[in-house]
Amino acid sequence: MINEIICIVMVLSGLLFFVGGAIGIIRFPDFYTRMHAAGKGDTMSVFLILMGMAIYQLNDFSLANLLVAGKIFFITIFIMWAGPTSTHALIKAGIDEGQKVWTRKDEKGDPEA
Amino acid sequence: MENFFTLTGVAIFALMLPILYRIIVGPTAIDRIVAVNMIGTKTMVLLIIIGMLFKRVDMFVDFALTYALLNFIGSLAAARFFDRVNPEKQIAKLETKEQES
Amino acid sequence: MYRLSIFLLLFGIWIVFSGQFDGFHLTLGVLSAAFITAISSSFLFVDRSKGFGDRLREIVLLPGFLLWMLYQILLSNIHILKLAFSSGDIPEVQPSLVRIKTNLRTDFGKWMLANSITLTPGTITISIEGDELLIHSISKATTEGVMDDSMERKIARIFEPESK
Repeated sequence: MINEIICIVMVLSGLLFFVGGAIGIIRFPDFYTRMHAAGKGDTMSVFLILMGMAIYQLNDFSLANLLVAGKIFFITIFIMWAGPTSTHALIKAGIDEGQKVWTRKDEKGDPEA
Repeated sequence: MENFFTLTGVAIFALMLPILYRIIVGPTAIDRIVAVNMIGTKTMVLLIIIGMLFKRVDMFVDFALTYALLNFIGSLAAARFFDRVNPEKQIAKLETKEQES
Repeated sequence: MYRLSIFLLLFGIWIVFSGQFDGFHLTLGVLSAAFITAISSSFLFVDRSKGFGDRLREIVLLPGFLLWMLYQILLSNIHILKLAFSSGDIPEVQPSLVRIKTNLRTDFGKWMLANSITLTPGTITISIEGDELLIHSISKATTEGVMDDSMERKIARIFEPESK
């Protein structure tokens, strides 16, 4: 029972962070700020949701369930290590491609560009 | 608990739609790549939830792991594709433009 | 010594991922882990000059650092959430490019610092050039936050204690 409550709380807070990332990627003005929403909004929410699943999986304890929880834990570790790396790679590609850095000062500039 | 997982899956699917908007509208190609990367992460979470619903998590967790690896390698390859222009020159240009404004 | 620890690490990953404990699968695991250790063990633990005491200190101090990192990731997600739900044309967003210098010498330390900066609120590392990091910062406050070197000192205490 306590496992289910922990699982529900973790999954719901993970969904909240997913909402933040999804709204951020629509509203933010340029490629780099969108990259902030994409790179960070995903890491914590994936961690929370997958950890909630792993805790729910350990509800009836057995060796098979322990192995599944271990695999979910490995996926989480991989996501937390791969998220910043792909963020670096993509934002470096944006710099090399010559994306403009949107600044507050030029009010005339199209915020979508 | 089953209903909760179903609702979570529906919510994650609904969260893909705003990112789909970014894929369709997104002004440049690299915006679209970032959005595809985000949808890939959500799909991986969705796979584990489907496994929870079908009571076969031991099978679906392998799919999710493979999907995460392919998603990471795909975004790295796409980023590599843009790595053609001389980086130092571009960074210098951006910084001078910023100081002028 | 390093080869043995890499072999044990790979074999542990094999056991978790295969989930079978009969003799055939364990033999396959031993063979493949030994093969991978033989051809590519030099990719992991590049700096072999460190002694046993240094490695022990890294193992003891790393979990605390990772917990602190998790707290920082939580803070940065709340920051993104706050920015995404603020009204109007998001006045807090004032992006800028910043260059900072680092005193870390090893590639691993620089990589760790770059990833940590990416995961703390409002900043993303774009590239590492020598001992300079190019950083994209989302607002004035986060720019000031990345200028102080508390995170760098935390990393230096774990991986390069002699350089501070």
